Amino acid sequence: MSDPKRMDARYYELLEQLQAVDFVLVDLNLYLDTHPTDVQAIQQYNHYVQARWNLAQEFERLYGPLTHFGHSISNAPWRWSESPWPWEV
Amino acid sequence: MYSQERVYHPYVGPFDPCSPHTAKTYVLPPEVFLGFQPPTLAQFPPMEALRRGVLWPMLYSPYHGRGDRPEARDAE
Amino acid sequence: MWKYEKKLQYPVRVSRCDPYMAKLLLEQYGGADGELAAALRYLNQRYTIPPKVIGLLTDIGTEEFAHLEMIATMVYKLTKDATAEALRAAGLGDHYVNHGHALFYQNASGVPWTATYIQAKGDPIADLYEDIAAEEKARATYQWLIDMTDDVDLQDSLKFLREREVIHAQRFREAVEILKEDQEKKKFY
Repeated sequence: MSDPKRMDARYYELLEQLQAVDFVLVDLNLYLDTHPTDVQAIQQYNHYVQARWNLAQEFERLYGPLTHFGHSISNAPWRWSESPWPWEV
Repeated sequence: MYSQERVYHPYVGPFDPCSPHTAKTYVLPPEVFLGFQPPTLAQFPPMEALRRGVLWPMLYSPYHGRGDRPEARDAE
Repeated sequence: MWKYEKKLQYPVRVSRCDPYMAKLLLEQYGGADGELAAALRYLNQRYTIPPKVIGLLTDIGTEEFAHLEMIATMVYKLTKDATAEALRAAGLGDHYVNHGHALFYQNASGVPWTATYIQAKGDPIADLYEDIAAEEKARATYQWLIDMTDDVDLQDSLKFLREREVIHAQRFREAVEILKEDQEKKKFY
């Protein structure tokens, strides 16, 4: 029997795009922690913050909230607690 | 790019029970050499950065595992 | 305050059921140089480190929790549908009688995690040098883990985690350089 919660190809594609942008933000963030006056890196960071926001909007519209505690808008019913969780996909 | 691997040759004793590896290697990753990272280093594009686990090629450290190491090939 | 994101930092795929590899991966789950130890070490040291380094310890400590979740995902996938018999054959019989299919914070030999793995000395250089050493030891552990599997999907995720240790070690080395700067002297410029 097929699992109705099986994620489609678009899910994996968007997820990887989001992981890529978030990864750039993590690595730039650690760099800026030790290079706080690198204005060019700060501009690049801010650029990816915007790109990240757009991608996350698209992802959440299709697959539900990425974050809890008020950082993502919720549809009804409440989708946050729905499977699958990251270790299950 | 400089090599991130060094080789040494351990003493081979006459009574060593396992087939001796005449050359052994160890890793010298880039952070050992770089010092304080200079600004405006070249970057990988985002998807490649994710795949490699680093944004800057200068700090990329490949590790291919046992199968690709010279002494493993010698042992075949 | 922390918030959770419902995604892994990097994709984790494993190509076959391999409970023995899961047992080995526990070294990076609840081992001395593992991700739990790393996260707790940095997030505890940050309260007594000079302000210029607090942000770095906070951010690296937080990233370590994302790595812990990746290791958990590997262990979960490698053991999820393994039978009790398969777990016993992989040397996880003692794990099974105590924990069933649950994960537990222990190393590859089954020794439970202990706070004695980490230190907070309240001396910035002593703490940062421990942190650099911890990253290099974790990098080495990932090398030996990569050597222990021929699953290329699993190797791919492990190589990502190994590279993150390289970056963390780089940033901790830079933190030491920042603390070496004569901050009082700069004010006279």
